[in-house]
Amino acid sequence: MESSPACTPPKVELRDVNLRYFGLTGETEALRDVSLAVAPSEFVAIIGQSGCGKSTLLSLISGILQPTGGTVLIDGSAVKGPSRKVGYMLQQDYLFEWRTILDNAVLGAEIQGADMRRARERASEYLTRYGLGQFLHHLPRQLSGGMRQRVALARTLTTEPDVVLLDEPFSALDSQTRLALADEVGEILRREGKTAILVTHDIGEAISMAERVVVLSRRPGQVKSNHVIRFASAGAARPTPLAARSTPEFNVYFNTLWRELEVHVEG
Amino acid sequence: MWKVDAIADGRAGMTEKPSPQYLDWLRRERRGRLAVRASQLALLAVFLVLWEVLPKAQIINPLFTSYPSALWPTFLDLLKETPQQAGILTHTWATVGATVIGFTAAMVLGTLAAAVLWWWNDLYKVLDPYLVVANAMPKTAFVPIFYIWLGATLSIYAMSLAISLLITILVIYNGFTGIDPNRIKLARTFGATKRQILAKVVLPGSVPTLIAALKVNAGLSLVGVVVGEFQSANLGLGYLIQYGSQIFKLNIVMTAITILAIVSSLMYLAISAIEAAVMRRR
Repeated sequence: MESSPACTPPKVELRDVNLRYFGLTGETEALRDVSLAVAPSEFVAIIGQSGCGKSTLLSLISGILQPTGGTVLIDGSAVKGPSRKVGYMLQQDYLFEWRTILDNAVLGAEIQGADMRRARERASEYLTRYGLGQFLHHLPRQLSGGMRQRVALARTLTTEPDVVLLDEPFSALDSQTRLALADEVGEILRREGKTAILVTHDIGEAISMAERVVVLSRRPGQVKSNHVIRFASAGAARPTPLAARSTPEFNVYFNTLWRELEVHVEG
Repeated sequence: MWKVDAIADGRAGMTEKPSPQYLDWLRRERRGRLAVRASQLALLAVFLVLWEVLPKAQIINPLFTSYPSALWPTFLDLLKETPQQAGILTHTWATVGATVIGFTAAMVLGTLAAAVLWWWNDLYKVLDPYLVVANAMPKTAFVPIFYIWLGATLSIYAMSLAISLLITILVIYNGFTGIDPNRIKLARTFGATKRQILAKVVLPGSVPTLIAALKVNAGLSLVGVVVGEFQSANLGLGYLIQYGSQIFKLNIVMTAITILAIVSSLMYLAISAIEAAVMRRR
């Protein structure tokens, strides 16, 4: 049943990716020789301390940034620019305050020149499913932080991407909303069979949501280790992110990853 | 699971029946606002009374100041059109018309120029020092030159534009570059072109800036028109002020200035109404 990521052709692949930022005062090496393969429908979390190049990695996969060396591949072909196969959820919702909730949700489809009637239908469907059906024609400022971030998710999914990139999408929320929304988003992406890459500095979030956790070293970011996350004690099916937090395995993974990250603080 | 209604309603926690303390607070609040209004009116009244009494008591020379009670008869007198002199309403319309044309042109051209500078950032880098210096220049120094170059009518528009255009460009350009880069990043992740970023993110996101520019502009355009009329017109409130002072009839000058005050207040109110209408959507 469970196929190892190595056997299927990867959905997203990074081959010896390097990235340097140039400035007048010098250049910064953000990523060094990063290689990573993500299988279709896999949920991978990338953790590392702030400034280790996590977000840069997502910008490279989304095609808004080109690597200084190496290649980024999606479905086996090199990424040359932003692709419709990839959806990107940023740290904050960045909803446009002059657009209604529905108009915000179809922004991506509108930019991509998609069939707007279908996009609107799809967006309303997502929004309704996320409990926002009665707010379609409200303005963003009338919504709470958690609701706004769910609109952002609907905006991402309305463009029908295969790969969803999540850049600490819950970091701006209060801790309760954060847990609940992580649970919800994790389930949605799994149910839709999306390939997901989550960047976070929250170890618990990474373990509870992802099937695999990749640890990135301090700058220049390099892949330090890979951890496949399994919750054997919870039975055959994967527990929800919230349920995963109360399994014995969770604590074991947490301690392992904690130690790995702590090495960086000292060295 | 979600406290959806409470948050979105925005009136969560509002009690059905106001408490006596709340009613008391409301009353004090209302009284406070009334006191401010009354003080404003009192201040105006004191000014008008002093303006009326001091010249009449010969404490200051009435020849230099005229007085408020003289304004209304002067106004009625100026309403009459004579073969040599247009009526005051015609003068007022000339000034208002030129001002509206001036600031409309400044807004349109200023927004266009700001968009061009946003599009070609290198162009901005090259022009930056010139824009700043040009904006710092006393533009009224150009009044005689514009008169020579452009003639009586066009020089008025040119003056109005010269005073308001550069500051408009700078204000709007700053608004454009002040857009949160993450919003542009968001658009780029969807593959937005530069034109789409301008049309869907930068321009709509700059509406508050555009309104701020409009506010600055309306006043500046009026300044430009009046100064232009000093030099070149035989029509308009600026001309009337100039004419009145030359024949030493301060009644005419003061009446024209009072009308200018009313015109600029009305323009301010109109722009505030536009602002309120636009901001209600946000």
